[in-house]
Amino acid sequence: MLYFTRWRALGIILTALIVCLFAVPNFFPEATVKTWPAWAQRRIVLGLDLQGGSYLLLEVDSNYVKKERLDQVRDDVRRTLRDAKIGFTGGVTVRNDAAEVRITKDTDVQPALAKLRELAQPLGGLMGSSGQRDLEVADAGGGVIRLTIPQAAMLDRMRKTIEQSIQIVERRVNELGTVEPVIQRQGNDRILVQVPGLQDPTRLKELLGKTAKMEFRMVDTSVPPDQAQQGRLPPESELLMSASPPPTPYVVKKQVLVAGGDLTDAQASFDQRTGEPVVSFKFNTSGARKFSQATQENVGLPFAIVLDNKVISAPVIREPITGGQGQISGNFTVQSANDLAILLRAGALPAPLTVVEERTVGPGLGQDSIEKGELAAYVGSILVIVFMLLTYRLFGVFANIAVTINVAMIFGLLSLLSATLTLPGIAGIVLTVGIAVDSNVLIYERIREELRGGRNAISAIDAGFKRALATILDSNITTFIAAAVLFYIGTGPVRGFAVTLGIGIITTVFTAFTLTRLIVAGWVRWKRPQSVPI
Amino acid sequence: MTHTVLIGLGVLIAVLTVVAALGLLPSLRIVPDNTHFDFTRFRRISFPISAALSILAITLFFTHGLNLGIDFKGGTLLEVKAKSGVADIAAMRTSLDALGLGEVQLQQFGGPENVLIRVAEQPGGDAAQQAALAKLRGALGDSVDIQRTEVLGPRVAGELLAYGMIGLMLAIIAILIYLWFRFEWQFALGAMIANVHDIVLTIGFMSVSQVDFDLTSIAALLTILGYSLNDTVVIYDRIREMLRRYKKMPMPQLLNESINSTLSRSIITHVTVTLALLALLLFGGHAIHSFTAVMMFGVVLVGTYTSIFIAAPILIYLGVGEHREDAKEDAPPAKKNKA
Repeated sequence: MLYFTRWRALGIILTALIVCLFAVPNFFPEATVKTWPAWAQRRIVLGLDLQGGSYLLLEVDSNYVKKERLDQVRDDVRRTLRDAKIGFTGGVTVRNDAAEVRITKDTDVQPALAKLRELAQPLGGLMGSSGQRDLEVADAGGGVIRLTIPQAAMLDRMRKTIEQSIQIVERRVNELGTVEPVIQRQGNDRILVQVPGLQDPTRLKELLGKTAKMEFRMVDTSVPPDQAQQGRLPPESELLMSASPPPTPYVVKKQVLVAGGDLTDAQASFDQRTGEPVVSFKFNTSGARKFSQATQENVGLPFAIVLDNKVISAPVIREPITGGQGQISGNFTVQSANDLAILLRAGALPAPLTVVEERTVGPGLGQDSIEKGELAAYVGSILVIVFMLLTYRLFGVFANIAVTINVAMIFGLLSLLSATLTLPGIAGIVLTVGIAVDSNVLIYERIREELRGGRNAISAIDAGFKRALATILDSNITTFIAAAVLFYIGTGPVRGFAVTLGIGIITTVFTAFTLTRLIVAGWVRWKRPQSVPI
Repeated sequence: MTHTVLIGLGVLIAVLTVVAALGLLPSLRIVPDNTHFDFTRFRRISFPISAALSILAITLFFTHGLNLGIDFKGGTLLEVKAKSGVADIAAMRTSLDALGLGEVQLQQFGGPENVLIRVAEQPGGDAAQQAALAKLRGALGDSVDIQRTEVLGPRVAGELLAYGMIGLMLAIIAILIYLWFRFEWQFALGAMIANVHDIVLTIGFMSVSQVDFDLTSIAALLTILGYSLNDTVVIYDRIREMLRRYKKMPMPQLLNESINSTLSRSIITHVTVTLALLALLLFGGHAIHSFTAVMMFGVVLVGTYTSIFIAAPILIYLGVGEHREDAKEDAPPAKKNKA
């Protein structure tokens, strides 16, 4: 137990030293560290609770995604049956999780099934090998054909929706000019957004809370809005309200002339004549062609600019717009014009997002927490160090050296992993000091016992280490299991606690098995003690 | 100020280290050598006490309940600091009550300028919680700095509670499986009883003190579990070693010897953990206060007591070491262990 080959001793010291050195970047300003080689730049990341910032958990509305898909199926069914000249009665109904259609003639049911089955696409695109399709078409009896979306297809669609949403959210958050935002998927239907330094996320939530589905549609002038409100609404039109107060109704055709997806750019600017804030935009080639054609055909008629089913403005087309660009005016303030430009540039979300969890910490509170955590860590360490010196004297010095290196190694490993340090994480480090000291206590108490049992100095130290190390391993593994479970189930600050506790246990076991032994072995070699001052 | 104190303490440590290294310090023995306390006989008192306390804790849990924090209950929490230096709680209460958000709890902490505002979950799903936050922010206006906000919708809160409980169960099961492999099943069972005892008493403490029961409380419970087991394992390790060495010693005596020989370690370790926790409790600030308070109770008061007075003596009832003489011929009573 007390014999180390020269190479082993060197290996242990080097390992400890290298791990400790990884902590060095944390003590230099960020700008300085940036100039170092990439491998030396890793440092501990402060959690939002320590550096301040906003944490938002957004949920994608899965019911909306399902409804969208079923509406699409309904339109497809209608078109397919019309193209195939198959008669159906009562239209296509969407109910619960399925779309249903009643075929008029019994003899048409089989051909209709065959046609509708063509709508079903294999899951996972061309590479899909599962053989599953994104639509199940079944004969429900009595001439009714039922089309359902299988679970797997729904999951696949949700996955794609989340991926798209994350991209859009990323673009929108980046437009705010924040530093290093973190945007990641969580679970099946959630997106986590962390923005360090953002104290009031109200504007961010406003930006993320809009789907920003932009459409250019014609205003239906055949019916005045007040008559349409009383129910005389043409089937190809719908009633939409204005976006700005007071709420004014508009009758707008359902057909979309150009959609927001055809926009290439949008900027907030000022109208040259009136000086009010406007949003100017540019279309891509196909958008420009569609827009130019539509404006040529409808000179003198009003069209509506619709955002998320609300009419922003409804100007009259004075002349055909062929240049592929234009501007939207609509009682904007500078801020709202800016926000709309951001939303248009970033693109529309495939489904609405709702905030299901929000946590913010101001920078002052974070700084305060760091200071208090540091103070507690210093005071705790000092109390423990003094107590160990008083209890074990020379061996207390050994223990303190080992524990100090241990804590340095924790910081080294945290930096190496770029782990997040939270306030509970600091508590975890302080508690680790307790555990690390315990490993020393176990060893020294065992040595004391062996001495009482009548062994000589060297044999007592040897036996003390041998017996205590097995216990140290057993007891630390149990605590490690608890830390691992915490890491797995926890989020944010709690996870930070689990990380420091877990890493602390690893370094504690390493230090107990190698460094503490090496230090005591070195002392034994040097002093050749006849008695142990313990 | 704090820096000078820290530097001063640093110098003190340096001096103490040199003195200790030279062997000039008197030896401090908290626990005398060779103690012979009859811990196992105390089980006739400790078991009924523990049973009574556990029943009391469970009763409290059902009558008083836990003070669920917004992590598990949903709702809105704001921590604000008055810009004027003194928060006018009465005025704040009047303006916030007028919002029609149900009961608004205001609580002062830390200093006269800090106020914690809690609003219960609003009916109407996630959007309603967001609307409540916007109203609160509006009503508070510019007279305060908003230091911290937390808003949790009903579903997320429910999920967090479920995950927390599942996590606690998983941890207990995982640790038990490990102990079952390393020791015999009786030890695993004994440790589990001790475990449940710790958790029940700590939950009782949380019920009495009405500290917020939130995600950090789950972290505290798991850490208590880890520490308490740590202690139990140290004693069990010793019992196993004694079982192998002394085949004829009666069980109560063997357990006593085991506890007594690890007593010094138990106490020294607990003093150090207490010192670390004390520093966190006194200087760690408001944010981790309830966390450390619960840890203090669980680790220092319950954990140690459980290992010594419950986990070890219960092995007698679980039949550990009863058949050592019979078993000697064919197989050793404890699993082979190198240590």
